[in-house]
Amino acid sequence: MAARIVVAGAAMAGLRAAEQLRAAGFTGPLTLIGDEPHMPYNRPPLSKEVLAGKAPFDSLAFRPRASVADVAWRLGTRITAARLAERTVELADGEQLAFDGLVIATGTRPRRLRCPGPATGRHTVRTLADAQGLRAALTRPGARVVVVGAGFIGCEVAATAVGLGAAEVTVVDPEPLPMLRPLGELPARLLLRRHEERGVRFALGTGVTAFEGDEHVTGVVLGDGRVLPADVVVEAVGSVANTEWLAGNGLDLTDGVRTDALLRAGDLPYAVAVGDVARFPNARYDNVPRRVEHWSIPGDTAKRAARTLAAHLAGAEPDPAPFAPLPTFWSDQHDFRLQSFGAPSLGLDDIRVLAGDPDGDPTGDVVVGYHADGRLVGVLALGGPAAASGAARYRAELLQQPAPSTQHA
Amino acid sequence: MKVVVDMNKCQDHGQCVFAAPDVFHLDADGHLGYVSDPDDALREDVEEAADVCPLQAIRIED
Repeated sequence: MAARIVVAGAAMAGLRAAEQLRAAGFTGPLTLIGDEPHMPYNRPPLSKEVLAGKAPFDSLAFRPRASVADVAWRLGTRITAARLAERTVELADGEQLAFDGLVIATGTRPRRLRCPGPATGRHTVRTLADAQGLRAALTRPGARVVVVGAGFIGCEVAATAVGLGAAEVTVVDPEPLPMLRPLGELPARLLLRRHEERGVRFALGTGVTAFEGDEHVTGVVLGDGRVLPADVVVEAVGSVANTEWLAGNGLDLTDGVRTDALLRAGDLPYAVAVGDVARFPNARYDNVPRRVEHWSIPGDTAKRAARTLAAHLAGAEPDPAPFAPLPTFWSDQHDFRLQSFGAPSLGLDDIRVLAGDPDGDPTGDVVVGYHADGRLVGVLALGGPAAASGAARYRAELLQQPAPSTQHA
Repeated sequence: MKVVVDMNKCQDHGQCVFAAPDVFHLDADGHLGYVSDPDDALREDVEEAADVCPLQAIRIED
């Protein structure tokens, strides 16, 4: 009998894993199980075009490759448990599914604030349903919006809310600058200025302690005592890996599924992890296992994990070359884009301007480089397409040079 | 092989250029250009380009 593979998770990472298993020569039955009712779709527009009402759902759906036309889709179905030693997963209705190979692609869910106060009026942005609900709230006339968290999602949502004409948009974050941890101080300062010039307000260096209101949120209480009036609250404070269903199998589930350099979970030859849920070492850098939520990671991990799993199921040894993707991310905010290649977070103490003038024209393009031990480990462009092209010119250099390990683990 | 890019979707990210440099390029202004009938030997590169397009704007029509 042909080997069977269950892909736990039917979003981008699950789809790409299925496609890459076929590309790696696996011809057996594939079942994809996803808790959302939708076929896999592209999430970046959720905080931008979907919120802005510019992208209908059919424009978000991925077009699966012809090679996966025969896979079984179990959508709107949650996996509640796994018994890896017996090679079965259990679905919410009690059904048991047997597998020979398992792809773990269950992704993440938004972390929620645990503060006293009403729950109604508090939103997150992870799924299409989330984005549709938030759009309805943002487009009510006179909406006062408080975004908690000045990371990627928070900054994008704030920009979109201003563009939709919200009466007030304020971003709250305990850090002193937006996107400080991923970008470092200089780019974060430039980002703050560009947001403020376009109408976003900031309450920085303070957190949220409570929400005001009876049933519906009317205000956000900050750690410094201020109260921000609010009709809409967006919680963009990070994510939690969906790994509860894997408990009891001896896996390291500390912040995602810990994998080895070939993306195997717990050194099992028949289970791999891909996408947001995988906490993998990157041999290009310091080999510290991390979860990486950039959009490029589902595709990169799927390709590598599929080759590992397909080899094992065929009774062959997998390619021993360790996984070593070049990270890349972008973020569209207002009328500008952030575009990065490499690992800025490993070179935050030595940021150098490579192009543009940070103190000049506040709308001008700027490219900065991040260095560790004097070597370039990442680049970031802020501005228009020319800035992004400028950053891309360093990509070949970043691909050739593995970065030295640093103390920034 | 026939390649179609939905230029209404394209936002000039350039990821396709890294995946399939013989098919896609960015001009001096950072805008995308491409070969619409590349050799079939480039199929794997173009599939990769279609995968990594953030806007999912690239279609391969056989």
